[in-house]
Amino acid sequence: MEASVVRTGTEGKAWGGGNEPLDASYGKMMMWFFIVSDALTFSGFLAAYGFSRFKYADIWPIADEVFNHFPFLHGVDAPMYYVALMTFILIFSSVTMVLAVDAGHHLNKAKVTFYMFLTIIGGLIFLGSQAWEWSNFIKGEYGAVSTTGGNILQFVDNEGHRVALSDFAIPEASERIVHEENEGIWFESGATLPTYSIEEVTAGFAANEDLYVRTGVLNEEGEKTILSRRESLQKLETEGIGVVEGANLTQNEYGPPLFADFFFFITGFHGFHVLSGVIINIIIFFNVIVGTYERRGNYEMVEKVGLYWHFVDLVWVFVFTFFYLV
Amino acid sequence: MAHDTAHHHESNTKRIWSVFIILSVVTLVEVVLGIIKPEFLTDTDLVNMSLLNWIFILLTLYKAYLIAWAFMHLEAENKWLRRVIVWTAIFLILYLVFILLNEGFYIYEVYNEGYMSWDF
Repeated sequence: MEASVVRTGTEGKAWGGGNEPLDASYGKMMMWFFIVSDALTFSGFLAAYGFSRFKYADIWPIADEVFNHFPFLHGVDAPMYYVALMTFILIFSSVTMVLAVDAGHHLNKAKVTFYMFLTIIGGLIFLGSQAWEWSNFIKGEYGAVSTTGGNILQFVDNEGHRVALSDFAIPEASERIVHEENEGIWFESGATLPTYSIEEVTAGFAANEDLYVRTGVLNEEGEKTILSRRESLQKLETEGIGVVEGANLTQNEYGPPLFADFFFFITGFHGFHVLSGVIINIIIFFNVIVGTYERRGNYEMVEKVGLYWHFVDLVWVFVFTFFYLV
Repeated sequence: MAHDTAHHHESNTKRIWSVFIILSVVTLVEVVLGIIKPEFLTDTDLVNMSLLNWIFILLTLYKAYLIAWAFMHLEAENKWLRRVIVWTAIFLILYLVFILLNEGFYIYEVYNEGYMSWDF
């Protein structure tokens, strides 16, 4: 073998090979390449969210009014608490991850196993929480009326509290029929109808004297504008065209549909990262158990997956700020 | 890596827990501020944004710094590896944010002051 090795005279020098540029191993360096590019992807999404938010600066929903649910506290207005809990869960799973990495430096297999396990559990709890948050957002709470201009009208009582459509709409015998496939040759499916029609909502609103329309427009104090009774009736008559319940990619009872689009896209993309992080963690976890890294003599794989996991936490810190706080 | 990291990692758990406590306290402060929304902070504007929002953003950057330095271990990495990672991201993100937010604000003004009705 010796004869076939070409001596270049650069051994031990920077370009001689065999050394680690920037004192980082190949795997760790590649993980950092990935993280930096992924960070730019996320900042692209968040900056696009910022763009839309600045564009619709005065009709953007107030996050505290959208995300105000907490498990087992039904009907209680609890802004921020749930997302704060989610943030704690993710930070804590980041801590157990870094403890696993630390134990790996001491080649302590039992501790690495234990902390990796806690990290995986934390990740799974976070994913479950996010699913719950999504389902609340999709279901919606009060319902709203959409206007010809693509805006949203919500309803409040004389004390400014939100009122749900189901509290005042007058269900009438009407001609609303869900068309089904068996009724036509080419017909496959129609849009699902909301619980109430716009006529039923308008009739209920007219009959109920102490109801007011709240538009999406923010006033000087940063609160949504509430119209007078006369303006409310007129607005509903002339501009109301449909009923919106909950949020999806095309409609959103809280405000501009773009808000829902960005919420689904960014938290969804982040949740997908958490999911893949959990899967990678599980793979590494089993490798730790069967002793792969014990035999290898170092736990660098745990360190690399740890970098990814902390990055996911890092992204959540920004998502938390820009969706829930600012 | 194992041989040169083994000796200076002895009491790292202490650092990890203290960072965890700082991160928790900062998050708690953010949540409390977000619920109370003190009026003097929401009403004072600094460069197009309320003081409260600036506080949130600064605290977020502080949390990001702690996570990157302590948990992702940048503080113990080679100085130039750290600079390559951090400054690349910071410059590109600043550029992106400046362009997009500026443009978003411009469109907002066109909607509000231009000869165009968008709420009909």
